[in-house]
Amino acid sequence: MTEPVLRVQDLAVYFSSRTGSLLRREERVLRAVDGISFDLNPGETLGIVGESGSGKSTLARAILGLLSPNRGRVLWMGEDLTRLEAEPMRQKRKELQIVFQDPVASLNPRMTAGSIIAEPLWTFYPQMESLQVEERTRGMMKMVGLLPNQINRYPHEFSGGQCQRIGIARSLVLNPKLLICDEPVSALDVSIQAQIINLLRDLQKKLGLALIFVAHDLSIVRHISDRVMVMYMGRSMEVAEKTALYRRPLHPYSRALMKSVLIPDPVRAREVKQEVWLKGDMPSPFSPPRGCIFHSRCPYQVPRCQADVPALRRMENGNWVACHRAEELDLSI
Amino acid sequence: MARMKMAGDALANDPFAAAFATQDIQGRSLWIDAWHRLLKNRAAVASGSTMFLMVLAVVFGPMLSPWAPDFTDWEHTASPPSLVNGHWFGTDAVGRDILVRTLEGGRISLLVGLVATLVSLVIGVSYGSVAGYYGGVTDRMMMRIVDIIYALPFMFFVILLMVVFGRHIILIFVAIGAVNWLDMARIVRGQTLGLKNTEFVEAAQACGVSDKAIIVRHIVPNLLGVVMVYVTLTIPHVILVESFLSFLGLGVQEPMSSWGALVNDGAQDMESSPWTLIFPATFLAVTLYCFNYIGDGMRDALDPKDRV
Amino acid sequence: MSLLEVKNLQVSFATPEGEVHAVNGIDFAVSTGETLAIVGESGSGKSQLVMAIMGLLAQNGRASGQALFKGEDLLQKTPRELNKVRGSQIAMIFQDPMTSLNPYLTVEQQMTEVVMYHQKLGRHEAFEHAVEMLRAVRIPDAEERIHEYPHEYSGGMRQRVMIAMSLLCEPDLLIADEPTTALDVTVQAQITYLIGELRKKTRMAMILITHDLAVVAGISDRILVMYAGQMVESGTVEDIFYRAHHPYTRGLLASVPRLDRDASDDLQAIPGNPPNLLALPGGCCFRDRCTQAQEICSQPPPMWRDERGHRSRCVLEMPDGRVENDSAGEAGSAAEESAP
Repeated sequence: MTEPVLRVQDLAVYFSSRTGSLLRREERVLRAVDGISFDLNPGETLGIVGESGSGKSTLARAILGLLSPNRGRVLWMGEDLTRLEAEPMRQKRKELQIVFQDPVASLNPRMTAGSIIAEPLWTFYPQMESLQVEERTRGMMKMVGLLPNQINRYPHEFSGGQCQRIGIARSLVLNPKLLICDEPVSALDVSIQAQIINLLRDLQKKLGLALIFVAHDLSIVRHISDRVMVMYMGRSMEVAEKTALYRRPLHPYSRALMKSVLIPDPVRAREVKQEVWLKGDMPSPFSPPRGCIFHSRCPYQVPRCQADVPALRRMENGNWVACHRAEELDLSI
Repeated sequence: MARMKMAGDALANDPFAAAFATQDIQGRSLWIDAWHRLLKNRAAVASGSTMFLMVLAVVFGPMLSPWAPDFTDWEHTASPPSLVNGHWFGTDAVGRDILVRTLEGGRISLLVGLVATLVSLVIGVSYGSVAGYYGGVTDRMMMRIVDIIYALPFMFFVILLMVVFGRHIILIFVAIGAVNWLDMARIVRGQTLGLKNTEFVEAAQACGVSDKAIIVRHIVPNLLGVVMVYVTLTIPHVILVESFLSFLGLGVQEPMSSWGALVNDGAQDMESSPWTLIFPATFLAVTLYCFNYIGDGMRDALDPKDRV
Repeated sequence: MSLLEVKNLQVSFATPEGEVHAVNGIDFAVSTGETLAIVGESGSGKSQLVMAIMGLLAQNGRASGQALFKGEDLLQKTPRELNKVRGSQIAMIFQDPMTSLNPYLTVEQQMTEVVMYHQKLGRHEAFEHAVEMLRAVRIPDAEERIHEYPHEYSGGMRQRVMIAMSLLCEPDLLIADEPTTALDVTVQAQITYLIGELRKKTRMAMILITHDLAVVAGISDRILVMYAGQMVESGTVEDIFYRAHHPYTRGLLASVPRLDRDASDDLQAIPGNPPNLLALPGGCCFRDRCTQAQEICSQPPPMWRDERGHRSRCVLEMPDGRVENDSAGEAGSAAEESAP
């Protein structure tokens, strides 16, 4: 067994918002990420899936130190990133990189593609000669499937998919060891999504990256992940190896997410019944349900679910689930 | 891998890509786009050309004129505009040529406008972007200082300066600049607050780019559009403030002159010799109009909503 | 007779880089009770097509051709006449519900205003009607929630409110532009189901616009596939999903990630980028991304149809002698020739 490169232990990020009048301040706490733990092996891909408001983007940012967590540890190669001072943390950024959701918004509209990709090099290797920087930039563009002669073009002259390729090139230019992709394809056309996913998978194999792939859709994650973590309201509901998860999810929420994926087949799509989807909306994050956080929308809830918080526990097949009834329910797809 | 290769092949088959494959394609920056749109705006182009001519006239006109600005032509005092005696715009009560005095005054007025605006631009942009980017306590402290300076009555401030340092043209720059950067700083701070939450700034942070580089490279270029529009509106505002000060007798001193001072002089003789008022007032008004149209044009040109 | 019949619709935009032909000779018809899906990538002109029909093009846009709604040409109507049609006879839903809801008014104020204006109802009846509509789109506690502001609703609930508002005046035609794209999967499934229910219950005609074929699989009767401003294929849902003729349509289908099949590790992608309307390849506009492109594809492909009325613009799949005499193909090729 290889040593994991990344260990996230009991990570929690809370946001507080003040409401009320000047005299009667009320502070409300939003638990965006509430006690998440997982390991990531070298070269492995972990998919993180959840609806909006599940805290998956916050988790990604907390791992990278773009947000400071309220609790927990992020062990990168055995070193706790949450305790690092600013400068050592900045040095670590060479190894940990991120690709953002909105390909257009994540590129400075006033900079050329070349300078966007080269900026990390300027930052960490200011003594590097400009010719060398340019060579490396062109090499990166080629690697992500862009024509190197477009180096002087501006983001608005590229399509959404190409902009995402620029973003990927920027994140890889420093040879990171971990790449976090925060919904990298949700803003793209379906036909282009597949391109980007295939590109990321190929690059991962080629460069031996550890990858965290955040998405709101289980169907996309399936093509790139080795393991998948399903998040709901800041907590982890299930962490499972891919094949097992897609064949027989252990948590009702995983199943609901899977059943919500639309089927591109007219005959089968018309047969879909509404009962399999989640009832209603996610409860207010400021007053989460007691007991199991999912019980208010769960079709399988029993009285116990309202009383006890289910712990994330290991099942026989090695996967983890946070559900009291995991053993008795058969949620096979 | 196969699919990657396919995408690459498709790129290679593209006739346009093939044509340029050996040569870098020059991109069109947003600034160039905006510039092209500005050139399509007739009012802005006309105003820009007018201002260009105005600057030429103001800079070189006095050199070409047969009269010096402070020369007193005793033979033609209070002469109406006339081609015969060479005083095309007429003379004032003590026989000074209005044309050359208007051009000379324009030098001061435009200089005040430009210098004071430049001062407020430099201070305002750096102050506002720093306050906005760092936020928190830094922001609160810096903006309270702005509020305090704001609360000082402007006229009181100018008179105080005059009393302490005596009347000098530099003081006018200082006084106007000292007040105008406050607005600029507030505008820039507001823009920065919006920009610092964009994904590209977050991306730069994730890449370990220093705060200074983020402000210089990512924040400031993206708020310059708004700032430039504001600058075109500040220049006429500053010219007006200077005119107002001169009108009150707090501005430039004889024999130097500005449009405001000339309008003040002319207003006193308005009934007997109206040309002493009309010409400088027209120059002032034309300049103000032109800057407003340029500002309008720039706002339209920089507005990304127009883009298809 | 069709409710809406669009003939040879062209939309172009004047830009600094030259004239952009966003829509290039589109023909289609929608009958009462029928649902048509218009599918394409960004840049295919699918949104501009309906914007032109609704008279909502940007200022530099120009539309020509015909859009006959109940026999009257919408393109010839004055803005005032169009305003009457919009909202009462044709309703529209957008991708982001927040852009079409006024954040400063409660849902009740916005809904009753519409009914009172178009249907001349009193305040009380208007309120009753609004609550009824909210219930129809399955908003729980409609009598209570109607008094809330749009920001107090979740994204999915907001889209439900938008649908309820569009149904207030019982329109004959509902146009939905990417109604589920901004939503989570679970909510997307709910909204899609809701639209499917409406389709069964009412006789309203619907036009659904999307880039994702999976969204419209279960809820449309016919599908029109657009690429680079042209119609490349149209037919019944079964035609498109099971018997697609055009490589682009097949590419779109293959790129949908699906859970109902075994995961072969490779996701099929359409290579290349969405079309740049200023630099289209001559001949078939999909040629530079098509894996099956051949020499003949450099000629403008004819539009042809099979015996079921399934139309396609791919010359490679065309049986002999099936060319349809349509003006669109000619207009399209004429435009391409005049392009630099």
